[in-house]
Amino acid sequence: MISANLSAIFYLVSGVLFILALRGLSSPETSRQGNLFGILGMVIAVTVTFLSVGNFSSGFIFVLVFILIGGSIGALIAYKIPMTAMPELVAGFHSLVGLAAVFVAISAFLNPEAFNLGQPGNIKLGSLIEMSIGAAVGAITFSGSIIAFLKLQGIMSGSPITFKGQHPLNAIILVSIVILIYLLCSTQSSNLFWVLLAVSFLIGFLLIIPIGGADMPVVISMLNSYSGWAAAGIGFTLENTALIITGALVGSSGAILSYIMCKGMNRSFFNVILGGFGATEDTSGATKKEQRPVKSGNADDAAFLMKNASSVIIVPGYGMAVAQAQHALREMVDTLKKNDIKVSYAIHPVAGRMPGHMNVLLAEANVPYDEVFELEEINNDFANADVAFVIGANDVTNPVAKTDPQSPIYGMPVLDVEKCKSVLFVKRSLSPGYAGIDNDLFYKENTLMLFADAKKMTEDITKNL
Amino acid sequence: MEIDPLIFRLSIFILSIFVGYYVVWSVTPSLHTPLMSVTNAISSVIIVGAIIAGLSGNSESIFNTSSIFGFIAIALAAINIFGGFLVTQRMLAMYKKKKKGK
Repeated sequence: MISANLSAIFYLVSGVLFILALRGLSSPETSRQGNLFGILGMVIAVTVTFLSVGNFSSGFIFVLVFILIGGSIGALIAYKIPMTAMPELVAGFHSLVGLAAVFVAISAFLNPEAFNLGQPGNIKLGSLIEMSIGAAVGAITFSGSIIAFLKLQGIMSGSPITFKGQHPLNAIILVSIVILIYLLCSTQSSNLFWVLLAVSFLIGFLLIIPIGGADMPVVISMLNSYSGWAAAGIGFTLENTALIITGALVGSSGAILSYIMCKGMNRSFFNVILGGFGATEDTSGATKKEQRPVKSGNADDAAFLMKNASSVIIVPGYGMAVAQAQHALREMVDTLKKNDIKVSYAIHPVAGRMPGHMNVLLAEANVPYDEVFELEEINNDFANADVAFVIGANDVTNPVAKTDPQSPIYGMPVLDVEKCKSVLFVKRSLSPGYAGIDNDLFYKENTLMLFADAKKMTEDITKNL
Repeated sequence: MEIDPLIFRLSIFILSIFVGYYVVWSVTPSLHTPLMSVTNAISSVIIVGAIIAGLSGNSESIFNTSSIFGFIAIALAAINIFGGFLVTQRMLAMYKKKKKGK
């Protein structure tokens, strides 16, 4: 058994290692080392906990058994999961952190002596407040992430589910959570604790159902943030520095990502969270649709255009992930490069279903990361490029965002695809994108629509090059 | 007058939020997905609470309601720790520069 002071120092060390783990992600070269720091921090934290409890009875064996069970499930998932399913995986993992926080809070509430928090029915006030906040946030994270997971997995419809009185209901529930925490702390009643958990699970569910599929990047980042705050709440209860530091890191990380995602859509955080976008805004484009002529072509035309280009910019979107077209795309680009054509990739901040989704898919297909550019880095290059190849993206290329103040996406930063000499737009049909608005790009003089599955079209183009 | 230890923890918490703020802004956007999976893994350090809960029973009764919740939480957090770090590792291994790829 080691002293409380010594273990506190080790927890601090593991907290610092976690900071270094995030710091490593500032560039791909240092990132792998950063991940090792994270693992080391975790090993230290777990070892120190064993030593400080110092109870190597048969319970210890069970702890190891459960770590082993969980660990092998986790490792199996990590190796099997396809990269396209990363958003679902992250949402699923968030739900586990939330649930673990809830269970730790329950067990601290039932057996406060083990945690030095007082006796059942007479828990230290400060600890009880921290514990109930941690439990409530954990429960919201859990049920919210489950809904996000079901929506991303397609088990539940990705379209927003709204009903009358939704916002007042949510507001009432949120207020009741605050009141419940207050009552719980003044009465120490275990019944109130269970009610608090139930209500928190409910609100997590209600908060996420009205949010549509394309807003998932914000939702995932937000749940990421919540899972951090839940961990921090538990960290205060356990008086554990590693947990407090980590909770704060993860909480602010998720908050920053949500902010970046909201900015990428030019929408306020509350606008996204209140949800229902797309369900109500489908009026502006629908009337004009089908009346304007579009030029459509086949793989042969596309190959011809690209062969005669000297530079090509590729704009991937969620459709590429759905069609699993990233490998076919890389093969096409390889062929282009053999013909001395300069190729780069342009990624919109909200392309895909989570922050950085497209980058991971391209990395999986062995696309070197120094050919992949963010919106600000590459947007000026479209004017000088010969061909823009839009594969699976839609709203993020819509020039309406710059020209039509009436449009719901007006003001959203978009890729200036229309400035290219010619635009190849791979899409299955003319249907509008997620925002429910028509894309002006379809009808431009220099746009050639390629109606097909993204993967098949890309393969066909490669054959024709 | 003595300062409540809670104040120290609060100081650590607030300062860590600031550290997190600056560190995360320096993360390159192309690594935002690994950022999410690694934050996921490290937030599972909540396993330390689960271990304390799991070990709360004595040798006669390893299992009580409290420790059972602890054991389940251990398994959940372990899924996340192993899954989170390994999947991050797997993703990061794919990020390659132009020349190495050929």
